[in-house]
Amino acid sequence: MTTSSPSSETMSTPMIPQREPPDPRRGVTGWLRKNLFSSPLNSIVSLIMLAFAVLIVWPLLQWAIIQADWLGDTRQACTGEGACWVFISARLESIVYGFYPESEIWRVNIVFVMLAGLIAWLVLPRLPSKGWVALFALTGFPIIAFFLLAGGAFGLMPVSTRDWGGLMLTLTIAVVGIVGSLPIGILLALGRRSSMPLVRGVSVVFIEFWRGVPLITVLFMASVMLPLFVPSEIEFDKLLRALVGIMLFWSAYMAEVVRGGLQSIDKGQDEAGMSLGLGYWQRMGLIVLPQALKLVIPGIVNTFIALFKDTSLVLVIGLLDLLSIIQSGLTDPEWLGYAMEGYVFAALVYWVFCFSMSRYSQRVERKLHTGH
Amino acid sequence: MWRSVQRSREKGALWRDPSFRALVVQAVLLIALAAVIFMLVSNTMSNLEERGITTGFGFLSERAGFSIPQTLVDYTGNSSYAMTFVVGLLNTLLVSAMGVVAATLIGFLVGIARLSPNWLLAKAAMVYVETFRNIPLLLQILFWYFAVLQALPSPRDSLSFFETIFLNIRGLVVPAPLPQPGFSAVLWALLLAVVASFFLVRFARRRQDRTGQRLPAGWLSLALIVGLPLAVYAFSGFPLNWEVPALAGFNFQGGITILPELAALWLALSIYTASFIAEIVRSGIQSVDHGQVEAARSLGLTPGVTLRKIVIPQAMRLIIPQLTSQHLNLIKNSSLATAIGYPDLVAVFAGTALNQTGQALEIIAITMAVYLTISLVVSFLMNLYNARVQIKER
Repeated sequence: MTTSSPSSETMSTPMIPQREPPDPRRGVTGWLRKNLFSSPLNSIVSLIMLAFAVLIVWPLLQWAIIQADWLGDTRQACTGEGACWVFISARLESIVYGFYPESEIWRVNIVFVMLAGLIAWLVLPRLPSKGWVALFALTGFPIIAFFLLAGGAFGLMPVSTRDWGGLMLTLTIAVVGIVGSLPIGILLALGRRSSMPLVRGVSVVFIEFWRGVPLITVLFMASVMLPLFVPSEIEFDKLLRALVGIMLFWSAYMAEVVRGGLQSIDKGQDEAGMSLGLGYWQRMGLIVLPQALKLVIPGIVNTFIALFKDTSLVLVIGLLDLLSIIQSGLTDPEWLGYAMEGYVFAALVYWVFCFSMSRYSQRVERKLHTGH
Repeated sequence: MWRSVQRSREKGALWRDPSFRALVVQAVLLIALAAVIFMLVSNTMSNLEERGITTGFGFLSERAGFSIPQTLVDYTGNSSYAMTFVVGLLNTLLVSAMGVVAATLIGFLVGIARLSPNWLLAKAAMVYVETFRNIPLLLQILFWYFAVLQALPSPRDSLSFFETIFLNIRGLVVPAPLPQPGFSAVLWALLLAVVASFFLVRFARRRQDRTGQRLPAGWLSLALIVGLPLAVYAFSGFPLNWEVPALAGFNFQGGITILPELAALWLALSIYTASFIAEIVRSGIQSVDHGQVEAARSLGLTPGVTLRKIVIPQAMRLIIPQLTSQHLNLIKNSSLATAIGYPDLVAVFAGTALNQTGQALEIIAITMAVYLTISLVVSFLMNLYNARVQIKER
């Protein structure tokens, strides 16, 4: 009897590896079922959204990319059905630099590179000594940028602010607004929480006044009334007038953001500083403000975003920023009828700046949340 | 030791006394403030004199001499600058009210859509928010006005909807209602229905508190508010005619024309502000602890009731203050009307009237005072509301 047992034979065949049970919740169909077709109502919504996407997104893509004209430098280059991006590329230089003299554009470029470098340094988490870089960005950089852009010293040819324009002017207004409004805002926030009634009163009135009026009336006031307020010998530059208005206006908003941070710092921190014998400015500068400002970085960045978008309002007082240079290009008799292209391009530029700022602020917010 | 400390407080170091120091600081601030104000006033006075500008509000009663395309009250070129102010203010309030309603509506829809379990809907809402809140409002206003509405056909080739509503480059023309005698009864019926449904809701709530039984008060009052005026309207023999616009020559006669400027401003303001309101609504709803929903469901409340009675009241407490500040922003942003020539307060008063009279000081002051008043009144009302809502928290 040498018959091998059937059981051992079956044992010797290799076992089929276990498979997971079929799960309707996984895979592409599972995902679709869960996220798009979980109920009859959901299915209808999904179908409507899909139809919407096909009806809107596809023609948009065709207009903006597939049928668009990209090359050339005159209107004749635009023959297709789609967008005429030649309209933008033909005037790209004035969109970026305004009417800055062509031989001096390298100065603007240096400032652009410095600005980009500083922002990158402050944003990238690995790089060291952010405090010093931030201090330089708020003090040294504006001075260097001013002399580079305006000229008139160190052998640089002076360039009148009337020739500033385009993206360069937008960024100038934004940076000056940010650099100016932050310190004033911090002072106002401290003033609003001061125990001295007069200081508090002045701060409250100042903040509530600027927050209660539209920026456009502030700009009107700056351009019409500021010359009346100063002795008539002093000539005020149009750009400078707008900058003063923008700084005052946004410092009030900044003050409210900073105040939120100050309020969230435990009173014990301040009292501990007091019992160590520190004076008011030492306590604020060394203990309270560093904690408070760190907490409200997202709020500060959101104010920066609002400020950046609102730089476009200088159009109404006749400064040629990014938006208004494109707007004035639309009335160029050689290029009539390209409003859509102009606005879409401008919107894209603003969007890239604002969206990246808002992403940064969200990242900081998440980082701050895990700390506690 | 103690004695020496006391002496130093009494004599040597007055400067180290905090209350004395506070006095000094405030005195210095007061003097500086007074000096600045004095300088501003004296500079302004001498500058005005130099330029030969007379100050005062006398110009308000002078003849304005220009016409305005959209007036909610009687206004002609012969009206005074004071009337210009009124017309501008009413136009500002009109577009603000329209914008607040539309922005709130769109904002809530998009905010709730962002939390939808439907992936496509949630992503579409996200794209909406991220697109429109990151593009300057002024750019959006110009876009709707110059790129979209100016690309519409001329009155002769209007887009028409059932030959009653027409859309063309001059605006949207809709039929005008012409109330006949007897129509006021319908309006009275509407008022009566609103008052009655108010009491009905109150009665239903008291009854539920007392007996636990529920009345479908919402549906009942809806039926009342819609049904009663309709019934009166039908019984009194339909006392309302419509004046349908008709093309006459190069433009439409009759009907009500909604200016393209108003439409562009309204669209842009609503769409832009709605993107912020959507985020507020989303974070408000998300801030309600999930345990609240679970507790309600385990008590046997239906999802609809849970949303209405548990989630929304708690979310609103967070949403309302931020919502109000968005509404205020919208009102202030309506001043951008001047960029496309919608005749709002800033455009006709701080624009045309200022250029004609040269009374910059007075006009800008009045304009700013208007916006300040609106801001302060709205935030005052909102604080009242807030106090009422917050008390319900234990």
